[in-house]
Amino acid sequence: MSKFVIAVLVENKFGVLARVAGLFSARGFNINSLAVGETEDPDVSRITLVVEADEKILEQVKKQLNKLIDTIKVEDLTDGEYVDRELILIKVKASGVTVREKIVSIVDSTGAAIVDIGKRSVTVEESGNEHSIKALIELLRPYGIIEIVRTGKIALQSDK
Amino acid sequence: MSKLTGAEIFVKCLHEEKSTTVFGYPGGVIIPLADQIHKEKSIKFYLTRHEQGAVHAADGYARATGDVGVCIATSGPGATNLVTGIATAYLDSIPIVAITGQVKSTLIGNDAFQEVDMVGITRPITKHNYLVKDVKDLAGVMKEAFHIARTGRPGPVLIDLPVDVQIQKTEFKYPKNVSIRGYKPTYEGHLGQIKKIMKAISKSSRPLLYVGGGVILSEAAKELTAFAKKTNIPVTMTMMGLGAFPGDNRLSLGMLGMHGTAYANHAVQDADLIIAVGARFDDRVTGRIDKFAPNAKVAHIDIDPSSVSKNIQVDIPVIGDAKSILKEMNKLAEKKSYTAWHKTIEKWKKELPLKYKDDNNVHPQYIIEQIQEITKDKDVIIATEVGQNQMWAAQHYIYSKPRTWISSGGLGTMGYGFPAAIGAQIGKPNSLVFDIAGDGSIQMNIQELATAVLNKLPVKIIILNNGYLGMVRQWQELFYDKRYAWTVLAEDMDQMCPDFVKLAESYGAKGIRVKKKAEVKSAIKEAIKTKGPVIVDFWIEREENVFPMVPAGESISNMMHGLA
Ligand SMILES: Cc1ncc(C[n+]2csc(CCOP(=O)(O)OP(=O)(O)O)c2C)c(N)n1
Ligand SMILES: [Mg+2]
Repeated sequence: MSKFVIAVLVENKFGVLARVAGLFSARGFNINSLAVGETEDPDVSRITLVVEADEKILEQVKKQLNKLIDTIKVEDLTDGEYVDRELILIKVKASGVTVREKIVSIVDSTGAAIVDIGKRSVTVEESGNEHSIKALIELLRPYGIIEIVRTGKIALQSDK
Repeated sequence: MSKLTGAEIFVKCLHEEKSTTVFGYPGGVIIPLADQIHKEKSIKFYLTRHEQGAVHAADGYARATGDVGVCIATSGPGATNLVTGIATAYLDSIPIVAITGQVKSTLIGNDAFQEVDMVGITRPITKHNYLVKDVKDLAGVMKEAFHIARTGRPGPVLIDLPVDVQIQKTEFKYPKNVSIRGYKPTYEGHLGQIKKIMKAISKSSRPLLYVGGGVILSEAAKELTAFAKKTNIPVTMTMMGLGAFPGDNRLSLGMLGMHGTAYANHAVQDADLIIAVGARFDDRVTGRIDKFAPNAKVAHIDIDPSSVSKNIQVDIPVIGDAKSILKEMNKLAEKKSYTAWHKTIEKWKKELPLKYKDDNNVHPQYIIEQIQEITKDKDVIIATEVGQNQMWAAQHYIYSKPRTWISSGGLGTMGYGFPAAIGAQIGKPNSLVFDIAGDGSIQMNIQELATAVLNKLPVKIIILNNGYLGMVRQWQELFYDKRYAWTVLAEDMDQMCPDFVKLAESYGAKGIRVKKKAEVKSAIKEAIKTKGPVIVDFWIEREENVFPMVPAGESISNMMHGLA
């Protein structure tokens, strides 16, 4: 099993997401992340999925995705060049002044931002690719992460 | 423009689609639709005795005629009773449109009385499905549903129709065209790929056509037959493909696979080129996949890209409609003699024919052969149940025309055959329709005897009664040390329950029992002579097995041939 990034352009209608997700669940594939949103054409949604799957079976799933009446296009971004982003919010313990200063300097050096300051914690936001987000989490982990929330990955093929 | 109710629009759409034969069963939330259909003399409605009967009848009607079958049920239990039939149609790519009533649209999601999420339940077993929430969408949905059901790789489409939508009014305008940007099936085959197949044929010395139900669905039997004859290439058929090529032609090898003929399976294993047409390399055909057709290059013609290279790596895929592709191939076809290949096949045919013990007992194979013999000059449709009865009917009756063999292949649904035979009889009133049945399967939809009797549908039910769930018993005999767990329907035949003759009579049908070989022919003749539906209860050799048999998961070279 390895990780794949699949984008599916679909009709922006009720029930379509369930059809797409159903093809994965029926084969026992877990969807690691999922992002759905309108595209430049409001009648079309783009579903970006990160799935862990067996390559041969995934080939079949892609064909089945194409076969759905509401599917307009299926792109497998896994092997090509693409830009991807996800958004993360990390709530970190931050009680003393020194700790807060250290977190601020991490945030400044990584391009993240502090979006909320509480009594005993701060919330950091970053948008980036999987790699930069992972790096940020590791930098903040020693201070004590209280909660993490992240969107699914979105990705676009690059036309380099 | 005057406004019409949803129910009125529905009926108008049926007319537009020329689908005026409908099977169904009522309930609270479908009354407006039932009421409207009742008012319209132009729609022929058949009330079955179970929703499963309605959906299989619609399916049998579709298989016999090539048109879309239509069935209607109420919400909740009526709708869930359709599920097996929808799945049956889905696995065999049969075009049906199923309509289910739904609770009032404002109540959906409330666990209202008789509410189930039918769109959710049928999502993986329909080609597409719809919930109509606004009457304004109904005509468009109907147009799309019929279009999707019958085009591309056909399949069932479900429309869930809330009761209030059936009553709401709107202006009726039937769309002229369908345009779905995500659904544009490919019909024309790529000419370069077609030429590649022809080139592979010219290089081959042991080619074989492997033909499936897709040829029947695309009405390509004529083109396929012409191609085989022109090129002199032998033909084997899947169970779904029976009738696509005349079984009595010298090029026919009959059915392949788990219960295929020995010569068909040997031919597959020995071929250097397999040309699959509208077939999907199902596991009942291939047996152990890595041992399948080890010497062959594989060409695959199919309208569904997801069928290609799914189980078997295909060397030359051609996506498109079998009929149009075969037409192209016929233009390029050349005759070759393949003398050695035909000689080998003839030798297999001689050495390993289908056979059974030819003694004085009542052997099911003999019954099938006698039906064939007696009906030679008639238009016959054979529907079947599932199990040994189905395999004997597939092996021992020779199908020479498409749409004369009606059997649940992909799902293997016991209880399918009789209601499907009813649908076929309605679609083809001049055909002589049989349901070859097992004593187990026939009990799964026997209630439809009322439908047959009351509508004067002269379906002949041939029960190959072994008092067992025979096919499962066969596996138990061969692989489970003869422990007949759950498969004994009668300890001995005198205890057979029910008495099928009395059962037939209680419905007002004719019942005939046959216990002796000498009575087989006259019973078949009597059944045919009888005007209405008939049950012929043949008490057959109880532990007769279906051979050849490839044990599940083994190479199709490893056939068990039995004792005969
Ligand atoms: C609805 C359903 N339930 C169970 C099965 C499993 N099954 C396959 S064949 C068979 C036995 C069928 O018995 P019968 O109709 O008497 O036919 P026979 O094999 O004896 O000819 C069973 C139980 C099935 N195919 N369909
Ligand atoms: Mg039986």
